Amino acid sequence: MNILRKYMNKIQPQFRPGGKLAKLESVYDGMETFLFTPNTTSRCGAHIHDGNDMKRTMITVVVALLPALLFGMYNIGLQHYLAIGQPDATWLTMWTFGLLAMLPVIVVSYVVGLGIEFIGAQIHHKEIQEGFLVTGMLIPMIVPINTPLWMVAVATAFAVIFAKEVFGGTGMNIFNVALITRAVLFFGYPSRMSGDEAFVKIDSAFGMGQGTPVDAFSGATPLGQVATNVGDTLQPLHNVVGEPISTCDAFMGFIAGSPGETSMLAILIGAAILLITGVASWRVMCSVFAGGLAMAALVHIAPTATYPATLIDPLAQLCYGGFAFAAVFMATDPVTGARTRIGQYIYGFLIGVFAILIRVYNNGFPEGAMLAVLLMNAFAPLIDHCVVSFNIKRRLKRAANK
Amino acid sequence: MANIKLKKGFDLNLQGRVTSTAILKAPKSTLYAVVPDDFQGIIPRMEVKEGDHVEAGAPLFHDKTHEDIKVVSPVAGLVKEVRRGERRKIEAVVIDPNNESQRLMHDTKQDVKTLLLESGLWAMMRQRPYDVVPNPDVRPRDIFVTCFDSAPLAPNLIAMVQDKADYLAAGVKALKQLTDGDVYLGFRPGEEMNVEGAIVNTFEGPHPAGNAGVQIANTKPVNKGEVVWTMDVVTLSRIGELAKTGFVSFDTVVAVSGEGIKEPRLVSATMGCTMASLLQDEDVDGKRIICGNVLTGVKVDGNGWLRAPYRHVTVIPEVTKPDEFMGWASLSPKRYSIYRLFTSWLMGRKKPVSMDARVKGGERAIVRLDEYDNMLPMDIYAEFLIKAIIAGDIDKMEKLGIFEVAPEDFALAEYADTSKLELQRIVREGLDKLRNEME
Repeated sequence: MNILRKYMNKIQPQFRPGGKLAKLESVYDGMETFLFTPNTTSRCGAHIHDGNDMKRTMITVVVALLPALLFGMYNIGLQHYLAIGQPDATWLTMWTFGLLAMLPVIVVSYVVGLGIEFIGAQIHHKEIQEGFLVTGMLIPMIVPINTPLWMVAVATAFAVIFAKEVFGGTGMNIFNVALITRAVLFFGYPSRMSGDEAFVKIDSAFGMGQGTPVDAFSGATPLGQVATNVGDTLQPLHNVVGEPISTCDAFMGFIAGSPGETSMLAILIGAAILLITGVASWRVMCSVFAGGLAMAALVHIAPTATYPATLIDPLAQLCYGGFAFAAVFMATDPVTGARTRIGQYIYGFLIGVFAILIRVYNNGFPEGAMLAVLLMNAFAPLIDHCVVSFNIKRRLKRAANK
Repeated sequence: MANIKLKKGFDLNLQGRVTSTAILKAPKSTLYAVVPDDFQGIIPRMEVKEGDHVEAGAPLFHDKTHEDIKVVSPVAGLVKEVRRGERRKIEAVVIDPNNESQRLMHDTKQDVKTLLLESGLWAMMRQRPYDVVPNPDVRPRDIFVTCFDSAPLAPNLIAMVQDKADYLAAGVKALKQLTDGDVYLGFRPGEEMNVEGAIVNTFEGPHPAGNAGVQIANTKPVNKGEVVWTMDVVTLSRIGELAKTGFVSFDTVVAVSGEGIKEPRLVSATMGCTMASLLQDEDVDGKRIICGNVLTGVKVDGNGWLRAPYRHVTVIPEVTKPDEFMGWASLSPKRYSIYRLFTSWLMGRKKPVSMDARVKGGERAIVRLDEYDNMLPMDIYAEFLIKAIIAGDIDKMEKLGIFEVAPEDFALAEYADTSKLELQRIVREGLDKLRNEME
């Protein structure tokens, strides 16, 4: 450590005003605080501070994302090898394929996003904020695997600049940055974001896994299949090569979909990490599931062929698509959500309700969870305002009654 | 009597607690000092000049706006120096004691208000709103006396006044003349004393249960336009002593504690004495000396003074782990956190922990949920209040209850804050801003 510390001290003057690399001062400071906990001691107020800081908090979220990410990689490989008719490939081959397929997206997302963060920090002479550590990981997980890299780059840049930096950076944004990225892609390039070709990677990844799709191949996600269902009963759902799949498969995650969101199991492991460490609000998380379940049960009471998603069993609804991912990782973003306790229940419940509502009654969007979170992001300040004004009214009433 | 249970808050278990109840005598201090900054809200105007002789209890300075609020000398002696800082701000009035026991005796027949103002005890009280020395023109709605200190390593206040029950009763009797409301005493369960004329409540729960603001909010909150006074039980006993005998006692018992102290102990001393006399034989080089507790106290150096409002001196290390490598990724149980993000929570909370003065992170925007609310057992949306103060929105501050709080109420939240904001400074600025607007 000593050598590293000496080296950092040695190069430090170059990054200070007047130095050769003064334009990279924020980057240097970012690196330094990343490597060494600052020795600064408290100037005023409390003389001791808790060991926790924003870096630890954000890294914990990234750790919670890992199960879903690692499974997502495996699943990309699985879907790929199923599609090209080689279902006997080992899990390691599948996982490696998925890794190679996802790596470029992860790299693009971080390079573009962090690059903009660094520039922003330098312009404002501020410390680099940690928010994008999480966002940069979320983006590859919710973007369909076949999205061209330039689209990912454009959408990420747009989201970071217009959904975050213009509001003042991490902690000041109104909308979840990763969701804005997805929304930009979704509305900007709709043909590449849904349908049969978005979610299963057919091409090889860096030369690995070459092959042609088998005849029975169909890349539609379960919710995509439901949306085109005809008749009063739900046709059995099938995987990419036409074999039937069960709700259990969907729970485990062996279905087509965005990389991070297929496996409810992996997401629940992440949820456990977030809840045990107390990083995410259990109030929000539980009420999203409660709201989703309530709405799914409600629509299932009156199933109709016009809206085939009403035919799905309520519990199965929660396993399909991005619902669980949105509930665990998107709705619990504390910056864009409701911040009062009562507000958190309302906010979460409405996300659940709207997610199912959009999914079921709008055939244009077979997937509603992410849009529901964005919608509620917009309403979170209003919810908080109402809750806080009750407190204000109570205080005024108390004064009047004395 | 009511027992009020509070859930929010946290008891930090730090190393260096005083275990013995024996009170040692501090060696005589060579100099004494009174620091005007300790009397929040007072702008000092000197009544003496360098070279003047003062008795113990004689006024040194008064407030610019309310000239009858006096701050007095704790000892008899010569005014050695009026120490001034930037823009001639008075930093300290230093007294060279002549070791005589000349004490100013007050006429106990005069009315209580004049007695308190003249004796300097008025300046030891605080008022809500604004957490400043009370305005003498306003009659308070109620008076709240905190009878325990729940802050980390704080000494037991009841032990200091146990044998002064008659003073407490006399103090309550005197204070009753100053308010049309009641005098409330807030005890820790099991320590309550019955004091005639006062309403006794007990408060169960972690820190900040002992804070005046928390006790007020959970018995009879302050509304806009109302004024209440607060003080601790030691000040109450001094008021009682004054009312009974005509003398003010400047003797005080101080807990000298913290990780940086070899043998934490209780010491009897006189207000304003030097730190050197309290910390004799202690190696405090490179350590942080705090007058008061680790959350709300003021940092002083080895040449500092025992400041008037505090019954507590804490010494903690400044930096225990310089250049800690990737501290944010630490898996060591020694990196203490009250959150379950570090392995320290698996080790339980029983063992006293070591804590240095590092901030351990950079300042950020408020991100995590409920951090402030979990540390503040009041019916207040702490985070929204802080945001209103930062935004300078006076109307919103009022509506969200800034009248009910003091900076100390946010001290624990400041400790726990992941975003490392200076909450006590923010609240103090908000209160000052509001006071300027209203008065």
